[in-house]
Amino acid sequence: MKCDVVIVGSGGAGLVAAIRAAELGKDVVVVSKGYPTEAQTSMAQGGINAASTQQDIQQHIEDTLRSGQGLADPEVVEFVCTQAPKAIKWLDSIGVPFDRDDKEIARRKLGGASNPRACYAQDYTGLKILHTLYDNALKLGVRFVHEHFLLNIISEDNRAYGVTLLDKRSTQVKQLLSRAVILATGGFAKIYGPFSTNGEGSFGEGIAAAMRAGAKLSDLEFVQFHPTALAKSAILISEAARGLGAKIVNQKGEQFIDELATRDKISRAIYEQLAIGNEVFLDMREIGEEIIQRELPQERKLAMIYENVDPAKELLPIKPAAHYTMGGIDTESNGGTNIAGFFAVGECANVKLHGANRLGGNSLLELVVMGKRVGESAAAVSLEIEEKNFERTLIDSNFIKAVFTLPNSIDFMERKEFLQKVLFHNAGIVREELALKGVLSVIRQHQKELAFMGIKDKSPLYNTELIAFLEYGNMVELTEAMVVGAVQRNESRGAHYRKDHPKTKEEYHAHTFIWKEDGVLCADFVKQNITKN
Amino acid sequence: MKIKVRRYHPHFAPPTIEMEYDIPQDVTLLQALSHIKRHIDRTLTFSFMCRSGVCGSCAMRVNGKEVLACEYKVQENDIIEPLQFTPTLRDLVSDKKSALETLERSKAYPLNMEEVELEQADIAFLQRQSDCILCSSCYSSCPVYEVNEAFLGPFALTRVYRYVCDKREQKKKEHIDAIVENGIWDCTLCGNCTEVCPQGIDPKNDILMLQSWAAKFGYTNPHMGSFGSFGLEF
Repeated sequence: MKCDVVIVGSGGAGLVAAIRAAELGKDVVVVSKGYPTEAQTSMAQGGINAASTQQDIQQHIEDTLRSGQGLADPEVVEFVCTQAPKAIKWLDSIGVPFDRDDKEIARRKLGGASNPRACYAQDYTGLKILHTLYDNALKLGVRFVHEHFLLNIISEDNRAYGVTLLDKRSTQVKQLLSRAVILATGGFAKIYGPFSTNGEGSFGEGIAAAMRAGAKLSDLEFVQFHPTALAKSAILISEAARGLGAKIVNQKGEQFIDELATRDKISRAIYEQLAIGNEVFLDMREIGEEIIQRELPQERKLAMIYENVDPAKELLPIKPAAHYTMGGIDTESNGGTNIAGFFAVGECANVKLHGANRLGGNSLLELVVMGKRVGESAAAVSLEIEEKNFERTLIDSNFIKAVFTLPNSIDFMERKEFLQKVLFHNAGIVREELALKGVLSVIRQHQKELAFMGIKDKSPLYNTELIAFLEYGNMVELTEAMVVGAVQRNESRGAHYRKDHPKTKEEYHAHTFIWKEDGVLCADFVKQNITKN
Repeated sequence: MKIKVRRYHPHFAPPTIEMEYDIPQDVTLLQALSHIKRHIDRTLTFSFMCRSGVCGSCAMRVNGKEVLACEYKVQENDIIEPLQFTPTLRDLVSDKKSALETLERSKAYPLNMEEVELEQADIAFLQRQSDCILCSSCYSSCPVYEVNEAFLGPFALTRVYRYVCDKREQKKKEHIDAIVENGIWDCTLCGNCTEVCPQGIDPKNDILMLQSWAAKFGYTNPHMGSFGSFGLEF
């Protein structure tokens, strides 16, 4: 199979890119590991930022740069924030049902924002954007490939020729050749397992595949923790709750942090409360049942299912949980990478809009503005592709066969849960050198043990244990790179907090670059596209 | 606590068996299935993603009724089965391809939208319909599929209605044209879809609304013809 543009990932970023490339007359194939709308974007609740006045565009730029703590690229920030009103207009024009305030699109204020500028559709903002994009992609005749898991990028001589995919239904390895490859595979916050708000599958297979193909990754150590996840299940309670006036209190009823401070500050404050044995709650009672039901129906339902608590009437137990990964595949401002014909967009990419910490409401915005730009970049690639069997496909095919014969003397699921716990406690909200180095040795031990792991389920048919094992393989590969970044950065900046280096330092006012050369991890700091500290 | 799961693997003989598992108390069905997979049987196969009721990947049937595994609290002796009217791939995983194809066949997408000033009341009008997560619960509950595979089905029709009642949409008739055959008149109005929708959507009512839109464009219910003449031939 071949096409003009292959897009792996069918979340918001992938679909916007697909729509744009299809509008430009390209033959587009979107690959998803499940079905198209089963994407992380469906979980985005709070809103999508877009200023409604010229003055607020400027403030949106300033808020984003401030939140990025010197690592957001000022040109990218300016471009995205300036395009934001147009992005909302476009979404409105293709059918997204944004809530209205009088006759204007309604806007609410999220944490870290100096004005209300997050457009929303109740607490289903991401869901409704995602489904509207899917409808429009269907209309344009975008081809969808369901239930195929990304293995690798086919690249030779620093150029991408397509991807290798595992067909989940048959466990066959297939190659999909294209003039341009776009990865929109999402972030990797699920490496923290039960301490993450993410859905299953956010283990960064796209970022890991990019690293194997020789792409540079950047700023991986910046992982945003969301302060308000349900205590038992880590399911997210949107920032909109705090926007409506919810308070954060401990079991003594004490308020210990400003609810509208940035996510990293609130997360750390809650983490510290939990560390000294306190319990932490979100108090939504003053908002009132009517408003909660109207604006946050989803949260209320989930709180009742997972905590047996009605937030309109009782205190809701919460904890901070890994939510979003700012770093990823390093890209230029057009979405291009250091590999020709290979692009990345959305949470898997780092175009440096968010810098060291993301402002709430900017991720949905990024996927619309950057998705469009990347769709255009990929559509402009001209190349004749020769339809041949690439060596990569053969290697991957043999690898999958080999997984079935691995001895399985170590249970990978047990190892995975162990590593997730180790990561949260030592490479999570609060970090320090010794503990991080300990995590690195655990990861390297797990890498060595991979060959002794394997799968119990030997069926070639829809083998979900095989997928989970591949995800775990990607996870140990990628977390090594992330922790190396965290060890090297001897400072605190944005979401990266080092207890042993609590201050921001000028010498680290740079992006962390990590890549592999002949299988060896290399790292460097690069001072470019940065702003004042 | 015990539950029964209907297992399916086409390479085995017999391909379908029912297996009983011990699971912890007070858990969602998804937590129960994950517990079985982690601790009892690695071959148990099911799909899930968000675990918070928005991705639509974990719909299945409990005691004959469609639920989202992540939102359903398991009860003693529950019987868990895959969705109906879609081929089962393995255990609780269904092939949703044919269900999703109803979206294209019914043109459940915007045809020609224009900029129109909207008020909150206009949004509220299509709020429920646009909450759809494409989980296929309604599709699986729909008895029309026992007799007509080509039926466009509840979620696709709800989605069409979502665009028909969108003030921005200009080509309302073209939407209706796409859903008169194997569509709105084939629904038996049994209401199963409404009952099982995890998002509280009412496809039955949406289909009734579409019928009245169709009447406005000059379509008549083909099944009513025979009633018009009392079913008698003259």
